[in-house]
Amino acid sequence: MSTQHSKAAKQFLKNQNYAHWHDATFWAVRTKRDNMAYGLDEWEQLREKASQIKRHTITHLDEYLEQFATAAEKNGAEVHWAKDAEEFNEIVYDILESHNVKKMVKSKSMLTEECGMNPYLEERGIEVVETDLGERIIQLKGQAPSHIVMPAIHLNHDDVGELFEEKGISNEKGNHDPTFLTYRARLSLRNEFLTADAGMTGGNFGIAETGDIVVCTNEGNADMSTSCPKLHIAAIGLEKIIPNYECLAVFQRMLCRAGTGQPTTTYTSHFRKARPTAHHMHIILVDNGRSEWIAAPEHWESLKCIRCGSCMNTCPVYRRSGGYSYSYFIPGPIGINLGMLRDPQKHSGNVSACTLCLSCQTVCPVKINLGDQIYQWRQQLDDFGTANPQKKLMCRGMSTLYNSPGLYNFGTGLAHWANFIPSSIMNCGLNPWAEGHEMMKFPKKPFHEMMKEMEKLRD
Amino acid sequence: MKIGLFIPCYVDAVYPEVGMATYKLLKHLGLDVVYPEKQTCCGQPMANAGFEQQAIPLAENFDDKFNGFDYVVSPSVSCTAFIRLNYPRLLNHDCETAKRCMDVVEFLHDVVKTDCRLGTFPHKVSLHNSCHGVRELGLSSPSEQHVEKFNKIKDLLEFVDGIEVVEPERPDECCGFGGMFSIEETAVSAQMGRDKVERHMQTGAEYVTGPDCSCLMHMAGIARKQKMNIQFKHVVEILAAGL
Repeated sequence: MSTQHSKAAKQFLKNQNYAHWHDATFWAVRTKRDNMAYGLDEWEQLREKASQIKRHTITHLDEYLEQFATAAEKNGAEVHWAKDAEEFNEIVYDILESHNVKKMVKSKSMLTEECGMNPYLEERGIEVVETDLGERIIQLKGQAPSHIVMPAIHLNHDDVGELFEEKGISNEKGNHDPTFLTYRARLSLRNEFLTADAGMTGGNFGIAETGDIVVCTNEGNADMSTSCPKLHIAAIGLEKIIPNYECLAVFQRMLCRAGTGQPTTTYTSHFRKARPTAHHMHIILVDNGRSEWIAAPEHWESLKCIRCGSCMNTCPVYRRSGGYSYSYFIPGPIGINLGMLRDPQKHSGNVSACTLCLSCQTVCPVKINLGDQIYQWRQQLDDFGTANPQKKLMCRGMSTLYNSPGLYNFGTGLAHWANFIPSSIMNCGLNPWAEGHEMMKFPKKPFHEMMKEMEKLRD
Repeated sequence: MKIGLFIPCYVDAVYPEVGMATYKLLKHLGLDVVYPEKQTCCGQPMANAGFEQQAIPLAENFDDKFNGFDYVVSPSVSCTAFIRLNYPRLLNHDCETAKRCMDVVEFLHDVVKTDCRLGTFPHKVSLHNSCHGVRELGLSSPSEQHVEKFNKIKDLLEFVDGIEVVEPERPDECCGFGGMFSIEETAVSAQMGRDKVERHMQTGAEYVTGPDCSCLMHMAGIARKQKMNIQFKHVVEILAAGL
């Protein structure tokens, strides 16, 4: 009885040293986050407030989107609406083509990953250069992100050093000192910024009242991407809109504390309009399923997500299976849920990756009921036709047993005979429990019989 | 105050001594305890696996069996949490019986407000804070939250003579049981179990205790397979030790 995720996780765990390192690394981030959360007396109030703001905005999204677009246009930005990934990619390409762009630098955006924008543009002869260091590393390596905030966390400095040597970014063979490698990356990226024709940013927040796009980075790459080239395109999902700056203040205090355990990101950049000598700014608002997900009564709260990644860092299963063991490009608890919203047929194999420990929803800064939603998705697997037939059979068996006290009493009365089954049979590979466990010893008598006897004695 | 004792299926079948200790403890405290016959399962195993419809007849049976009791007390946090949080929705009514269902630890702590000496257990014990106890029933403050620290299990163990209670590093990280999870995600489940048992052992404790036999069963199975020398006891067995 296995799933797509459980098979991949088993592979991941074969390298025990690496698996322990992975778990410890993310636990350290969780601990940093705890220290930040414990440092703010109003942390739990902030979580509640953040949740309420998101609930309110998402349930009034039509109004706030209109307000945002009107304000942005008034600022001089051109606002585009993309209903899906394909339309989004076309819009981006059209803008770039009309400005004769050959190279675009890009600061981190999970939305472009979602829409498959990079390969789309590259097929059409436009070079896209990632400028977030982690994103740049995995782009050079031809990999996908393994975490939404720390996309190259699965690689160590030797991996990066060798990659930089191979790509000609580093000029000192064997020097894998992180400071040196960062310096070399900086030199290389500096050149990309100066020679790019356009810059793209994602957006952590869109402010409805002012039409601003707010981007949080630690490397200043969003500012470089928008200050050097003359064309700025900002791409954000519909759910990123929040009402005003008062609301932003709530999220700004939480995002980085929750995500990386820093009090704030190094840079919080606010984009309202293009600088005087540049072309006007383009903002693309992307739906790509979101307006449908709002209508899912049990799952719409996933849209509250601010992509901090704290649910991954705390998830005991993510930490012990890694980002690549999930089939959706966003891993961990939020990824399980967003993957199911995207395509349940394709991503049902992730739903097993949860013990329902509920640490994710207790950590989540916007209080998304992540674990409860995973529970709900499990209830729907049978309807999707993706329920495991063995599991289904087992549940039916249990159901019959538990619904018939006679059968139940008979079964539990006999259970101790299982103690005499030789361990060679118990461990024959057909009993998944025996893979990691010694079998339990069944008692001579179940509790209900002991009680009956005790009552008889009393009579 | 009339108390109905609910002994979930696997406690009944695998850990009758835990049922006995619960019964004994409640009786020792002078409470009126009744164990209604023909109990089976709360339905959680099927529900967590994705077949919660199959829990409905069991919920109806539970509601029927325990109707009229002031409290339903059970030595299992995850079963209690499943009943209290899901039965009203599954049965599509308020389900007073489910609302009055309590884990034995929270019952002794919050309702009985136990303040007398209990058992004797002269050992070093590492506390296992089961997820559903922490994050669904509120037996202790979750490490994720910035709230005042408390632990109801620890409070009760203060009434045991001779005991030394310690907590492992990562005191409320999941042990990896998760019901069907443990046979569907065998590798991660076993890894989580090994990590957890190791952290309990690092405290130097001779025993691990907790409010849920399923976590203890999982960790005991792992410990025996790995030949790790540590023992497991439900918290009621310690509270009732020597009474």
